[in-house]
Amino acid sequence: MLSFIAQRLVKAVIILLAITVMNFLLIHSAPGDPALVMAGEAGEADPTFIADLRERFGLDQPLYVQLWRYVSNVAQLNLGYSYRQEEPVLTLIAERLPATLILSLSAFVISLGLGVLAGVVAAARQGRWSDSLISAVALLFYATPLFWLALMAVLLFSVKLGWLPAFGYLTVGSDLTGLARAFDIFKHLILPATTLGLFVMAVYVRMTRASMLEVSRLDFVKTARAKGLRPGLILRRHVLRNALLPVVTLAGLQAGQLVGGAVLIETVFAWPGIGRLMFEALQARDYNLLLGVFVMSAAMVLLFNLITDLLYRVVDPRIRLTS
Amino acid sequence: MQQSQTTAAEMAATPVLSISDLRITLPEGADRPYAVDRVSFDLFPGRILCVVGESGSGKSMSANAMMGLLPEGVRAASGRITLGETDLLKLPEEAMYQVRGRRIGMIFQEPMSALNPLMRVSAQIEEVFEAHGLLGPAARRARALELLTEVGLPDPERAARSYPFQLSGGQRQRVVIAMALALEPEVLIADEPTTALDVTTQAQILELIQTLQRDRDMAVMFITHDFGVVAEIADHVAVMQLGRVVEEGDAESVLTRPQHPYTQKLIAAIPTLSARGDTAQARAPLMTVEALCKTYTLGGGLFRKVKRVEAVKDISVTIGRGETLGIVGESGSGKSSLGRCLVRLQDPESGRILLEGEDMAALEGKALRAARRRVQMIFQDPYASLNPRIRVGRAIADGPIAYGTDPRQALERAAELLEIVGLGAGAANRFPHEFSGGQRQRIGIARALALEPELIVADEAVSALDVSIQAQVLDLLAELKQSLGLTLVFITHDLRVAAQICDRVMVMQKGRCVEIGTGAEIFETPKDPYTRSLIEAIPGRAYEAGRA
Amino acid sequence: MKDFAKSFARNRGAVLGIVILVLVLGLTLAAPLLFPRSPWSIVQRPFLPPLSVPGFPLGTDTLGRDLASGLAHGAYVSLMVGLISTVVSLAIGVPLGAAAGYFGGWVDDGLMRITEFFQVIPAFAFAVVLVAIFQPSITSIVIAIALVSWPPVARLLRGEVMSLRTREFIEAAELSGQSGLTIIWRQILPNTLSPVIVLASMMVATAILTESALSFMGLGDPNVMSWGYMIGAGRTVIRQAWWISFFPGLAILLTVLAFNLIGEGLNDVLNPRLSKRRS
Repeated sequence: MLSFIAQRLVKAVIILLAITVMNFLLIHSAPGDPALVMAGEAGEADPTFIADLRERFGLDQPLYVQLWRYVSNVAQLNLGYSYRQEEPVLTLIAERLPATLILSLSAFVISLGLGVLAGVVAAARQGRWSDSLISAVALLFYATPLFWLALMAVLLFSVKLGWLPAFGYLTVGSDLTGLARAFDIFKHLILPATTLGLFVMAVYVRMTRASMLEVSRLDFVKTARAKGLRPGLILRRHVLRNALLPVVTLAGLQAGQLVGGAVLIETVFAWPGIGRLMFEALQARDYNLLLGVFVMSAAMVLLFNLITDLLYRVVDPRIRLTS
Repeated sequence: MQQSQTTAAEMAATPVLSISDLRITLPEGADRPYAVDRVSFDLFPGRILCVVGESGSGKSMSANAMMGLLPEGVRAASGRITLGETDLLKLPEEAMYQVRGRRIGMIFQEPMSALNPLMRVSAQIEEVFEAHGLLGPAARRARALELLTEVGLPDPERAARSYPFQLSGGQRQRVVIAMALALEPEVLIADEPTTALDVTTQAQILELIQTLQRDRDMAVMFITHDFGVVAEIADHVAVMQLGRVVEEGDAESVLTRPQHPYTQKLIAAIPTLSARGDTAQARAPLMTVEALCKTYTLGGGLFRKVKRVEAVKDISVTIGRGETLGIVGESGSGKSSLGRCLVRLQDPESGRILLEGEDMAALEGKALRAARRRVQMIFQDPYASLNPRIRVGRAIADGPIAYGTDPRQALERAAELLEIVGLGAGAANRFPHEFSGGQRQRIGIARALALEPELIVADEAVSALDVSIQAQVLDLLAELKQSLGLTLVFITHDLRVAAQICDRVMVMQKGRCVEIGTGAEIFETPKDPYTRSLIEAIPGRAYEAGRA
Repeated sequence: MKDFAKSFARNRGAVLGIVILVLVLGLTLAAPLLFPRSPWSIVQRPFLPPLSVPGFPLGTDTLGRDLASGLAHGAYVSLMVGLISTVVSLAIGVPLGAAAGYFGGWVDDGLMRITEFFQVIPAFAFAVVLVAIFQPSITSIVIAIALVSWPPVARLLRGEVMSLRTREFIEAAELSGQSGLTIIWRQILPNTLSPVIVLASMMVATAILTESALSFMGLGDPNVMSWGYMIGAGRTVIRQAWWISFFPGLAILLTVLAFNLIGEGLNDVLNPRLSKRRS
């Protein structure tokens, strides 16, 4: 188990390094002076900043020296400086990371929980109206632009009904502490997390349903029926557990979608996470910050992947016992 | 009408379960309206009824009806299935839970997939008690262990803790049997329980089923397509064809004095173990295999250990022109790997394959292509061996075209070949899915012949076919071999088939050749203990001796 | 082919998808005729609600531009970006996946490492970075979407080819002297066609969603009107003027739904095993 985790961590580090190299190449293949690209629109005005950049990245040096400097900087967690926000990129990200983690983890739980539940119900009632309804709703969410869904949720639940706060992480100007503060955050979290969760959920519904139907035709299910087991028990113990394996794999693959979705959701709901930070970086043409956020979101995807891989090993004895 | 054939003593005994006038309808659009049509038979305590038939005869469907486990869209339209006093067909689903597992147990064909891969063996047995609300958790566990001991698993305690993937096919089948017998049912249904197993394992499982059945005075319905198995274990036999029971009676009379033409045809189609005669002939060598080795490496990588499997170990053999060499062995013996090395679908690791002096094992590229033309292959699975999207004529012509024959000529020749294998030239314009398994195998033969090879390797070429079709394809092969002067390497797990068609036989075990000799030497005076155990394990040998 | 059309037509969802798609296509083609003026031009007073002034059924946006015109002209970008980026990602994914699956060994290892790499990069964030750095334009958007969406194609192809590779008819073709390329082209690829078609129709849907999300983030091509841009422009005034965001979003939803429905329909028809299970 430990060696498995170690192996995965080594792989994750390699991937992050590769992404860093790719970022470097992107900056250099972008139209224009790399220093200007990195500084962004705001920095262009300030010659000392540009000079500082040239100096730090050795932009007059050969490319491989520059690459080495860039990568070794990132390896030391030095993601550069955001001129616009006048803070190191890492500091900015660290400030925003908790909000994003809360959001994406809640959305992950909501999507997986609801998705599997709905998929199981649909499969168990295959061909009946509840199956059709669930499948139709899943298809609809699957086709909805996430940011639009979020806007419509704001329109309905905040503007029209006034049930939930529409923007931010905490009520502005409030000075809450302890439980009251947690509850305030929770109230702000409901809309963004649910919207993101529902959007990602659609995939799990479809996968769970298909996988349940696939498994229920396998021989061992017939064995279970021949033993005199009741349908409910067969469904839970035999079909569901086996059907969940591909769903867990999918959850790993979907992590990227979750993180990407978080960017859009945070933008709409002004949720102060790294997604919102990305949007701010875009608007300010602050590429250094943009790339920093990008590397960090890739790291988050790798983390989700690791979690699902571990989950898979827990569920499937064949993987656990043979490696 | 069948009642008259059972003896008076049995008429006196009361059946535990009897099926009468059972009719099972197939969904609309199926090839016939009834899967099972007015079928009747009785199961008596302490007796084994073998239901024999080819695929699609409705034998499994009857078993599923008894369990109330018919597939969707299929239902029992009329008739009765009486277990004791109750008609199972009228029983509400709720009451059927009490019957399944408790009064009727069932075992299946595929031991590899009959167990839940994610649950420990013990838990899967304990579940039977749980389903019927019997015993406490500790007692269930103890009973499961007892059952595993009873079905003869070598290390029951370890087996109980294992997951299915850690057990072999035979061991898994024992676990399935343990589950089916957990609640001591009055009736056991066994649906082709040994078909997927090797012959020696099959013999053990058959013996186990017989012992358990005698000890418990259980009624057994044993579904099989293999008359050898029937001869080995049956007390009664019911022969089914296209949903009907065409003949029924005690085993002795059905096997020795079959009345219905279909039964007669089936029994006549069984290959016999008696070896063919022409062995003394001296032949010029066509292919000489020298010290051939093939090792597979599995896995491997930065953090994993490489697993090595020696599939073929130091095999040397000479194949004479015009000869049929049989290669027999159980699964994992390396017989298929050897065959695939001979045609260079796999690259041997070391050793030589001399095709009239030229080492095929060392050839690459163009030279290999040229040599390969002389050695072709017939494959096992008639459904996987033809590209579903290519017309049959074109599939046959593809080879010659690749070697530069004019496409029109090649297609004409393909049509001729289809005539030769008995399908008619019209078949050329049709797609594979329009043909049955046996017909597809004929197409496969035509394709192999298209390149006018000297040597053909047939890898389990008749294993997937029903016995009557199997006989026809074997006849065709023998005939073609004669008329075209072919040399055949015939790979099979079925010793009877090997005996019928081969001049010489090589027996393989774990990659090695344990014995090689003429058919008579191998089947009549086997020297190696492994060969002997293989031959002894063949079901129905006593019956065959009586028949000869 | 006739059977194909027949069983496809029996699938109600698929027919609905086709109908929506035809409507959207019609809208795209008719846009220059229906709304000859540029969708960017200011034609009325801003914040005009739908149906309040004749000739402007969907009202106007924050600057007084005709929303109906924007909707009609925006369809073009969605469809074009969706289709072209899918074609490009097929062009990347199919050969890579086929090569990995057919040759196996180190070719497979290498290609799959690359695929895995592109798969763990969060797709949308990567697309944002690409478009931002190379400046927003139709071309950069298409390339960005293609770059983030080819890995599933490669994986699908690899899986299909690997399973076909061990099928006996491929070995038979090898034995009958056909070359590797002939085998891939004639024997293997035609058999992977149906899952690829199904995947492609789903990919068009995803690409349309991604394009709209990019435009919404302000990364759309500044020279063409797009649905995502329209929603983005209405975002901050959602409290006062819901319609500015609502209609373009609905248009995206319907178009994407159409491609998904068609994909499902194709799946049912082309993979009979699955469709049997449904009935």
